[in-house]
Amino acid sequence: MAKAHVYKRDYINTDEIIPARYLNTDDVAELATHCMEDLDTGFVGKCSAGDVIVGGVDFGCGSSREHAVWALQGAKVGAVIAPTFARIFYRNCINCGFYVIELENAAEKINDGDEIEIDYGKGVINNKTQGKAIEFRPLPDFAIEIIKDGGLLEHIKKK
Amino acid sequence: MGMTITEKILARAAGRDTVAAGELVSAGIDVIMCHDVTTPPAISMLKEHGIDRVFDTSKIVVTPDHFQPAKDIKSAELHKRLDAWAREKGIEHYYKIGRAGVCHALLPEQGHIRPGEVIVGGDSHTCTYGAFAAFSTGIGSTDLAAAIATGELWFKAPASMKIVLNGSLAKGVYSKDVIIAVITKIGVDGALYKAMEFTGDALKDMTMEARMTITNMVIEAGGKNGTIAFDEVTKAYLDVHLKDSNADYTVFESDADAVYESVVEIDCAALEPMVAKPHLPGNGAPISECAGLEMDQSYIGSCTNGRIEDMRIAAEIIKGRQVAIRTIIVPATPVIWKQMMDEGLSEIFYEAGCVVSAPTCGACLGGFMGILAAGERCVSTTNRNFVGRMGSPKSEVYLASPATAAASAVEGKLTDCRKYLK
Ligand code: SF4
Repeated sequence: MAKAHVYKRDYINTDEIIPARYLNTDDVAELATHCMEDLDTGFVGKCSAGDVIVGGVDFGCGSSREHAVWALQGAKVGAVIAPTFARIFYRNCINCGFYVIELENAAEKINDGDEIEIDYGKGVINNKTQGKAIEFRPLPDFAIEIIKDGGLLEHIKKK
Repeated sequence: MGMTITEKILARAAGRDTVAAGELVSAGIDVIMCHDVTTPPAISMLKEHGIDRVFDTSKIVVTPDHFQPAKDIKSAELHKRLDAWAREKGIEHYYKIGRAGVCHALLPEQGHIRPGEVIVGGDSHTCTYGAFAAFSTGIGSTDLAAAIATGELWFKAPASMKIVLNGSLAKGVYSKDVIIAVITKIGVDGALYKAMEFTGDALKDMTMEARMTITNMVIEAGGKNGTIAFDEVTKAYLDVHLKDSNADYTVFESDADAVYESVVEIDCAALEPMVAKPHLPGNGAPISECAGLEMDQSYIGSCTNGRIEDMRIAAEIIKGRQVAIRTIIVPATPVIWKQMMDEGLSEIFYEAGCVVSAPTCGACLGGFMGILAAGERCVSTTNRNFVGRMGSPKSEVYLASPATAAASAVEGKLTDCRKYLK
């Protein structure tokens, strides 16, 4: 089951998700070791496969570096949940086949360490710890299709 | 219903008569900007997927800039991959080291940016080119790969926001101060997903260089793109910079009854020099509220303020004085570097004790050429002051105009540039 890592901060930017000092490589395994480093140096150590990150508004603002998404994917993060996302980051996530969920007041509805389960198609987060079902607006069908295909390029190839 | 510049350009590129905000369109791409950080991964993706196609070798502009000349072994590998690909594919506009420069300064200068076109780049500040009445936005590596292969991308037409810049700027106040004031007013997500259309009297007195500083930073308010209408200033710049072979272009203007989601008015005449304090570009404060804060470094360069006009402003203040802190001057392109030599600016900076580097993004993104140690503060003409942006996560960046950065270099602390201006 996925655990939530909650950061009650707005404007978590791509420089924090993957600092520019590591952009001299695009090796996903290496990027993953620095995931979220400038926000929380302990993140990689405590993140298990499928865990989700919960943040504040305008998540992923700043640089267009897709390295931020690769670092999250490399660190085996399952999804990011936030009230709003910066547009390039949002687009990059879908293009990479990575789930993003828009949820108002996300960091108030989910606590750090909560066990959750997500139904992406239906738009429901099952918060097992709190015994609550939280609804969200699912991604548009075409975006879910791209994610299921494993990203935009796989999707283009299939078509 | 009327349309905005942004909607008209997207309609043209999608082969449609009209486009309204919120509609999804598939648009043909006119120019793709490629640099050394986001393009090598795009090339690898294309290879991995067995896609060998480049949609048009004349519409792709390649310049290494972030880590050029290569700062270490890993960045040298990135450059090697970029170079091999550009040669193999026969990319027509490939600026090799010696001619390479900071992308968003280089492309307009070398005549690659025309009104009415759709321009994308693997860099968030690609929004800069909207100063030329173009639609221009930043994308990630996967979109870049798709654009390189197909020459097309889908876009959701953004709603437009009108930013009216009233009045004219007082002495010592520049377009950088204006855009910091705008972002401070609307917030760093105040234009999320939107097109920011700048109008108003204050633009009339601004050169294209100054206007590009404004559109460069629309991403710092979350904007998708920024536009400034075509006028005689735009035309005069293009007359000099466009090569004969691509000197024709189409000018789109917003209709009088175009729809704007909101209108923000700024009284530019009332503005003071501004400083955006750590750690957001929207943390702006007038210089009168922050003057005196001690700095360790002044950095004058980047796609925001590394153009010749910026260098002239900085040199005017620094001339005949000694800088009190590390001062790093980074001309954005080789042409600017040469102009600085020819006009005697390099000598002024040398005499004052500054470092003048080759064109590069360098320390703007914490790459090299002026990295900050823990606890250090830098006044910088760049566009981002996020945690760790120019080095240690414990360092601080204060964004300002070239005049403020130069005056602060002279005094070693945040300084009101107006006292150094005649
Ligand atoms: S100068 Fe700075 S902001 Fe501009 S493209 Fe380079 S790294 Fe990005």
